[in-house]
Amino acid sequence: MGKTVAQKIFDAHIVDTPAPGVSVIRLDRVFCHEITTPIAINDLIARGKDRVFDPSKIKAVIDHVTPAKDSKTAEQGKTLRDWAKRRNITDFFDIGCNGVCHAIFPEKGFVRPGFTVIMGDSHTCTHGAFCAFAAGVGTTDLEVGILKGVVAMHTPETIRVAVKNRLPEGVFAKDLILEIIRTLTVNGATDKVIEFSGEAVAAMSMESRMTLCNMAIEAGATCGICYADMTTVNYLWPFISGEFADKDAALAAYSKYLPDPDAEYAATIEIDAAKLEPVVTVNYKPDQVRTVREMTGTKVDQVYIGSCTNGRMEDLRIAAGILKGKHIAPGIRAIVSPATSDIYRQALKEGLIAIFADAGFCVTNPTCGACLGMSNGVLAKGEVCASTTNRNFNGRMGKGGMVHLMSPATAAATAVAGVVTNSPLFKK
Amino acid sequence: MKNFSGKILFLDRSDINTDEIIPAKYLTEAAKSALKPYCLEDLALPGFDPKRDVAGKQVVITRANFGCGSSREHAPWVLECNGINLVIAENFARIFRQNMFNCGMMAVTLPKAAIEDIFTNFAGTNAECSTDMTKHEFTISGGGKSKSYKFAIGEFDETLVRANGWVDYADANY
Ligand code: SF4
Repeated sequence: MGKTVAQKIFDAHIVDTPAPGVSVIRLDRVFCHEITTPIAINDLIARGKDRVFDPSKIKAVIDHVTPAKDSKTAEQGKTLRDWAKRRNITDFFDIGCNGVCHAIFPEKGFVRPGFTVIMGDSHTCTHGAFCAFAAGVGTTDLEVGILKGVVAMHTPETIRVAVKNRLPEGVFAKDLILEIIRTLTVNGATDKVIEFSGEAVAAMSMESRMTLCNMAIEAGATCGICYADMTTVNYLWPFISGEFADKDAALAAYSKYLPDPDAEYAATIEIDAAKLEPVVTVNYKPDQVRTVREMTGTKVDQVYIGSCTNGRMEDLRIAAGILKGKHIAPGIRAIVSPATSDIYRQALKEGLIAIFADAGFCVTNPTCGACLGMSNGVLAKGEVCASTTNRNFNGRMGKGGMVHLMSPATAAATAVAGVVTNSPLFKK
Repeated sequence: MKNFSGKILFLDRSDINTDEIIPAKYLTEAAKSALKPYCLEDLALPGFDPKRDVAGKQVVITRANFGCGSSREHAPWVLECNGINLVIAENFARIFRQNMFNCGMMAVTLPKAAIEDIFTNFAGTNAECSTDMTKHEFTISGGGKSKSYKFAIGEFDETLVRANGWVDYADANY
């Protein structure tokens, strides 16, 4: 029987099989941020094991609360900063050159097809967009990853999502993944990997593929995976050009991680992209999805554009395109957080920051900020936020707040209208 | 090995996420013990009062997909510092489940029908769970009744429980 992408990557990384169905695999990357790593560092110190398995494979960033908002977050940043210095972790990104983890690490070319990646963050599944196996873990798994460069995993089964046809104009990867989560439900892919395949995915940019894989965890999945193709190679080329004679050689090397034609799947789900329209979540679960048409007119207090889901260049360009020459509706407030410092600088160069500012947006530095309700736009009780983030859980952006998840296009149009509405890009 | 027996906290809802178990604003705490007062603070469950209902409980019994959402290990930790080392549910989110065993705690699944049976017979009776790790059996008693339920646990999961977590095991073996 043929193998899925995850099976091929596991096979290439197995260190031990401590019990049936459990594999201990070697890690190519361990990513760290300042919320879940400091307790691992402190525990290693307490155990007299303040070591790292390989500083060149560990990458760290301060992203969740940056700049620090109080003494406690300052302490978390300091713990990570001091550790990176002490343990010679040279790929460490601090204020001024930092960004949301799942945006900055791919941007720096740290993830390659066939890699294994863990991070103490559930949205680590984002990196599967590069045909890698990338899983969110807790602090203990992270700690062992830092110390030993291994993780234990139940060998996951794979669900294949086959997306036929192309997305219509004005319908984006965010709309597609929300539709997929609605179909699978919030635990429909628990303990499983999702392979995203089909014409619509093949046609997507790497940024859109990252949006797609980012929310795989919202269906419970361990990782979302897209297939390596020329789009992947082109994105990575600045980082890999020294390793391969040409792009075709790179693609040939990466193709060994494509699934076998007779690979065995736990399930295959078919979605017709051509039939989709923009969607938005309701209530407190990401699988509760309605069309924007059904939700049109829902009043919002705040619009938030940013996060590891939708704070990349492509997202800012789409939103700015809609906001150009317009102003946000009276009585609402809007925030945009470019996901990384490089994205911020590029948006500045392209005049996008000016468009946002002229439209009445508050432009913040790159940070997770409001996405998890820690800073930069926390909601008050009873307030409603139209957001490009990935979680609408009760209390996620602030106790008593309601979050409606949507694409950057819908969020920008909603900012202008003051109520949930379809973007002018969607014509139907 | 930790204690897996004691008074039961019944949480009659599916999809309880880690933001509800421990809100993000407490993730800045440097010590696990500082989390203690905030256990299940944002849980949306009518009639549930974390200040009143968490104290004195050692076992949680709940429905499906417990611990979904954020990877924060603060969720098992906040249970642990309140003396709760065992959660029984229909199923769990992967990261939460792994975090529990990595800490030497237990996240055990029972079939939907068994969970339903426990809720029907014991919810609201000040019930207790007695866990037998040799027989792999929970005995639940309350309201003058007592019933036993067999459970299955993966070989590796049990190794972690007996080794008191993954760090010591991994350091000894890899
Ligand atoms: S942007 Fe939000 S979802 Fe993404 S890593 Fe930050 S807190 Fe997590």
